[in-house]
Amino acid sequence: MITVLLIIIGILGGIIGGMGMGGGTLLIPLLTIFTGMEQHAAQALNLIAFIPMSAVALGIHIKNKLVDFKTVLPIALPAAAAGVAASYLSKLTGARALSRYFGLFLTLLGIYQLITAIINVVREHKKRRQELLTVRAPKRSEISGSLD
Amino acid sequence: MKKIVSTVLKVSGGAAIGFINGFFGGGGGMLCVPLLEKVLKTETKKAHATAIMIILPISIASAIAYIFNGYADWGATAISSVGVTAGGAVGALLLNKLKSVWVGVVFAVIMIAAGVKLLF
Repeated sequence: MITVLLIIIGILGGIIGGMGMGGGTLLIPLLTIFTGMEQHAAQALNLIAFIPMSAVALGIHIKNKLVDFKTVLPIALPAAAAGVAASYLSKLTGARALSRYFGLFLTLLGIYQLITAIINVVREHKKRRQELLTVRAPKRSEISGSLD
Repeated sequence: MKKIVSTVLKVSGGAAIGFINGFFGGGGGMLCVPLLEKVLKTETKKAHATAIMIILPISIASAIAYIFNGYADWGATAISSVGVTAGGAVGALLLNKLKSVWVGVVFAVIMIAAGVKLLF
């Protein structure tokens, strides 16, 4: 049962992660809430599972020419250094406290994500309406043509 | 944008992304995408794909630190990784085909629900 649950949670996290939408932010809480896994262990699982997943996703993205290689290094280098330091800081934080901080982080991200998503939906809707209006409006030449 | 400003933004943004990704074992991508898209003006799909390329080395570095600290549950990790990798391929293919506006809304609501649950 736990095996099936781990696979299903993995697939859900993987789909979101492969879209570059932060699969870990979904995978970690699903693991702690539904399988009762300890916070640090769930975080370790996500970090490790991300490696083969991103390799596969990157293969597809690179083929589709979606990776902008020149911005990778200046961001990834300081990020890797800070990442290792923060990993040790996380060890010094208790599981319950870390879980709460994670909850706060998730809520704030979720609110930001929701606002962005709603803006996108509205923009998409407006664009579609604009396209419909453009198609319906008759051209000047058509009007003058019908008058002749 | 001036080159120096752009470099400062990349380095400081990178440090913040790395810190979050190491401390929470994930979530760096959620900061990396807006940095690329909103600040550095990368096109949306490219920003999502490039974020994965940036998070990969950070995750390897942090994963090693977590493994050293004894947090790796290898049995569960092996099982979940199969699901994550399969899902990841599906997600990557969807990114190039699907309009993800509604996915974003659904995902945001799930995040808020899970976040609030963990807070209390």
